[in-house]
Amino acid sequence: MFTVQVNRLVGEIFKCSSTEDVLTAARRHGVSIPLGCRGGGCGMCKIQVTEGKFERGTSSMAVLTEEERRENYSLACKTYPRENITIEITLK
Amino acid sequence: MGIMRLGRVELKVMDLEKSVDYYTNVIGLEETGRSEGRIYMKAWDEYDHHSVVLQQADSAGLDHMAFKVEKLDDLAHYEKKVEQFGCTVRRVPNGTRLAEGQAIRIETPTGHQVELYHDIEVLGKKVGSLNPHPWPTDTRGIAPHALDHCLLTGEDLETATRFFMEVLGFKQSEKVMTVDGEVMLGSFLFTGNKAHDIAFVKGPDKKLHHAAFHVDNFYEVLKAADILSRNEVQIEVTPTRHGITRGQTVYFFDPSGNRNEAFCGGYFTYTDFPTITWTEDRIGQGIFYHRRELIESFMKALT
Repeated sequence: MFTVQVNRLVGEIFKCSSTEDVLTAARRHGVSIPLGCRGGGCGMCKIQVTEGKFERGTSSMAVLTEEERRENYSLACKTYPRENITIEITLK
Repeated sequence: MGIMRLGRVELKVMDLEKSVDYYTNVIGLEETGRSEGRIYMKAWDEYDHHSVVLQQADSAGLDHMAFKVEKLDDLAHYEKKVEQFGCTVRRVPNGTRLAEGQAIRIETPTGHQVELYHDIEVLGKKVGSLNPHPWPTDTRGIAPHALDHCLLTGEDLETATRFFMEVLGFKQSEKVMTVDGEVMLGSFLFTGNKAHDIAFVKGPDKKLHHAAFHVDNFYEVLKAADILSRNEVQIEVTPTRHGITRGQTVYFFDPSGNRNEAFCGGYFTYTDFPTITWTEDRIGQGIFYHRRELIESFMKALT
């Protein structure tokens, strides 16, 4: 079980297991990340991981570019923590 | 002469095997063939070789949707009309995809790829065409009758509507307008006698909102939702009614995030069917007749 800290300075923290995606864990803890297709296709749940290792599941190149991937942007529905992580929720 | 009906949709998926499992076991289509990077499927109540093609890609979304014309010569006729309107069109040679003859491929004013074709291999139905039973006994999942319609998004719906009506001979069953009547926000178009074969809502060009399958009645929509939940498919909108088309619906997502719909019960249309108008201030009721309010993902989750 890892912790996910939201928006470093605000300090909301929730727990997420290594087999669970960040979107599912966040919503279970009442942390609001926009919910779309849950399939890595629509891009609604885009976040940025600012600290910590994570694994990324298959995500559409059309909604998550190579450059965004290099900057650790990720789709929360396809983001699996590998240690404690900090994320920024980018509300569009 | 003319366009008969919606024949197929080719969807881009990011994991072909996971997607074919979903489209065959959960939706309940029948796999009819494979070629390099593509899997072909049909619903049990369709005669032609396929109505859904899955294409391995690095993004989700629509590759193209295609309408079947009555005669092969119609392709040349429409090719000329499309060029005169100012859209680009090219020939798709025989055998580009499995079981298909040649087609013309058009880029619509909203940047979507639409094909017209006549030739496709006919497989028929398991129930046959001679003294048939009403349904086959070995279906799986939702087992819809057929592909029903697609909803796409685009910036300029006035031009898109004009293209489909003036060039391809579609009629408009319903439209959604701003309260002052100046801007079109939704356009529902038919070519046979369904409430819609293709529809547009205002949004970014080139995007897919959903591909819909036809089921018998509201209980089948409810049962579709049961099957989806049993298989832990992401359901976006639980069974309800549309004001627009009067159809009943459940919305959900395929494993790549393409939105699907199980749809039933829209009215019949005909050549002199007058266009129904919805105003923007009543759009909530137009789309979700009971909830009467849009939900964020329904407007924003596009592939």
